[in-house]
Amino acid sequence: MIATQLPALQIIIPLFAAPIIVLVRRSELAWIIAVVANLMCVLVAWKLLGLVNEQGIIRYSLGGWAAPTGIEYYVDSVNAPLLLLVAAISAIVLLYAYHSVKKSVDSNKHYLFYAAWMLCLSGLLGMLITGDAFNVFVFLEISSLSTYMLIAFGSDRRALTASFRYLVLGSIGASFILIGIGFLYAATGSLNMLDLAQRIPDASSERAILVAFSFISIGLMIKSAIFPLHAWLANAYHHAPITVTAFLAGTATKVSLYVFLRFLFSVFGTQYNFEYLLFNVILLPAAVLGFLIMSVVAVFQTDLRRMLAYSSVAQIGYIVAGISLATQAGLTAGYVHIINHAMIKTALFMSVGCIIYRLGHAHRPSLDNLIQTMPLTCAAFIISGLSLIGVPLTVGFVSKFTLIGAAMEKGWWMMAALVLVSSVLAIIYIGRVADVMLFRKQRLPNPIPQGRNEAPLSMLVPMYGLIFMSLYLGVYGSKTLAVASEAATQLLGGFR
Amino acid sequence: MKLYPRQRHRVLQVITKLIIPFVMLFALYVQFHGDFGPGGGFQAGVIFASAFILHGLIFGLQHTRSVLTPTMLRVSMAVGVLLYLLTGVVSMLRGAEFLNYDVLLHDPIHGQHLGIFAVELGVGITVYAVIVSLFYGFASKR
Amino acid sequence: MNTILGLYNYWIVIILMMAGLYILIARYNLIKKIIGLSVFQTSIFYLYITMGKVDGGTAPILLDEPASYSNPLVHVLILTAIVVGVATTAVALALIVRIYESYDTIEEDEIKAIEMQEQDS
Repeated sequence: MIATQLPALQIIIPLFAAPIIVLVRRSELAWIIAVVANLMCVLVAWKLLGLVNEQGIIRYSLGGWAAPTGIEYYVDSVNAPLLLLVAAISAIVLLYAYHSVKKSVDSNKHYLFYAAWMLCLSGLLGMLITGDAFNVFVFLEISSLSTYMLIAFGSDRRALTASFRYLVLGSIGASFILIGIGFLYAATGSLNMLDLAQRIPDASSERAILVAFSFISIGLMIKSAIFPLHAWLANAYHHAPITVTAFLAGTATKVSLYVFLRFLFSVFGTQYNFEYLLFNVILLPAAVLGFLIMSVVAVFQTDLRRMLAYSSVAQIGYIVAGISLATQAGLTAGYVHIINHAMIKTALFMSVGCIIYRLGHAHRPSLDNLIQTMPLTCAAFIISGLSLIGVPLTVGFVSKFTLIGAAMEKGWWMMAALVLVSSVLAIIYIGRVADVMLFRKQRLPNPIPQGRNEAPLSMLVPMYGLIFMSLYLGVYGSKTLAVASEAATQLLGGFR
Repeated sequence: MKLYPRQRHRVLQVITKLIIPFVMLFALYVQFHGDFGPGGGFQAGVIFASAFILHGLIFGLQHTRSVLTPTMLRVSMAVGVLLYLLTGVVSMLRGAEFLNYDVLLHDPIHGQHLGIFAVELGVGITVYAVIVSLFYGFASKR
Repeated sequence: MNTILGLYNYWIVIILMMAGLYILIARYNLIKKIIGLSVFQTSIFYLYITMGKVDGGTAPILLDEPASYSNPLVHVLILTAIVVGVATTAVALALIVRIYESYDTIEEDEIKAIEMQEQDS
């Protein structure tokens, strides 16, 4: 009986946890409830992935109202792996969060922090799982509103302005999506994604579809921080509590990218000529300029969080580059990088979190010889950094290799070359940090106390768990590639 | 004649005392009539909250806070959401989908009534608690 | 003429939408920004509602005799969107209050100046 209820449970469990946390209010208990709920989510996502592999697409009509009328949850090989990814990353960061949150957030607000986290998680999972266009908007707003709140928990007062700017941009993005969905509904009379996919080709007005498509694309591009529309991301990632940054870097933009993929390929299908316009004239330059310019910008940042934030925009550029190829190989590359980048970036931000926990800052020039005092954290940063660069045997290599392969397959040699250029830039910005950490002699006056001063074990263990997971998936890259190519087939094939 | 601050708004205070019960009653009407006609939790919650906001405006925030403490608001916020979710879970336990009201009672139509009733009640409680706590939050600033 | 008068509701939507976006972009005062955002969102609500209106249709309430009625689904959708809009405004105002408490201003250019100074020091 449980098996048939899994899609609903995926959303309900974190949604249940949030009010219970508000009722309980004690911060330790709140954390425990959040962790338990999150682990249950991971379990459900794991089961769902197994079920999808076993029996194909799972559909679940909410409230017993059948598909075109009611809201439907739709799980297939595209979103099932991402459900597991988001739930797992959230669980890992939440396990890691306890000490970091205790230090950076007021103790009488802990319960609100964890409740917002749970709401954000359920919003993100909801965006992934739902098969209803309007429901996407609702879950998007649930996750966004709780994200604004989570960012505002940052200890610096600039967190407030960062959160406000994100709120304004995020609301515009969400409103654009809402307008787009409205036009879709006007043109087709349906909100169910499957139904939309069938009705769009017969819609009487292609112009309305075009308008809907443009609004939804722009809205989702804002939410997923694709290059020219990434203005909110750097400040938000910089000033949010570091655990929130780690969580968001791995999940929020990725989920928006998934919705983008879903609308682009499954709902609108690839039969429209304006799609090719979008791919070649808008997405491709945005992607290429994104990963080049943002990598250059990242080189010149002195704060690790800011550097990684710009690097995130660059990495999203790789994903979009894969998407803009619009081929099986390209989509596979994009999809696999969604998974891989989520793991890498979360691990990187977690290691920066450890540094901040001990030193109170993440200012690159004052991290002299950090390897002496925090060897494990530095090792974690450098391993994940190598992965970000794309050194063989890491997940970064898997995704870059596939991306370059896909670009060459389509004959876009230039793009393949530029990906390599951008990787060199990644070597520079990760290398500068590694250089300071490993080799720089300590200057006077000595900013770092002598002796071992490692982050607590409760932070190191989840971080290393994630790193080992990503190393495993880097060595056995074919596993994620198989999942990704399955997803790409599903996306290109439309709804079946 | 010197008026003390508390006496200054006597007329308003008396009228408010008269009006508040009716506002609440109307909120309850909108709430419980929601499954037959226009109405429902959102509207009822806001109307119910407006009674407290009116009280707060006329008698001062201190007095309203002593009637309706922030703790009570926090609890009712959570309880409303839980009521909503539990309705869904009960229908899941009875073997149907989440929020499928048909199975709540022996008869699908009665089940629908009960389900909508419970869900709207949850919505109403949460909305009133949220609106009042928004008012508290903003009104208590300087 | 017909495109101007016959589609007047859509013109209102466009005007509101552009006015909202303009306020959002052109004003530095954070409260005014939020007013602009609200106007912008309201225009979307209006877009949805006007879409669902059927000429001569009644309210979608069960009557004894059959009658043509306006599409109720858009109202339900917009009820949700209004709640979302209220929540967004509330969060934004709460943020503004806290920004005011810590910066002593809600003018964005002044906040930016303060932040620049902070970065330099």
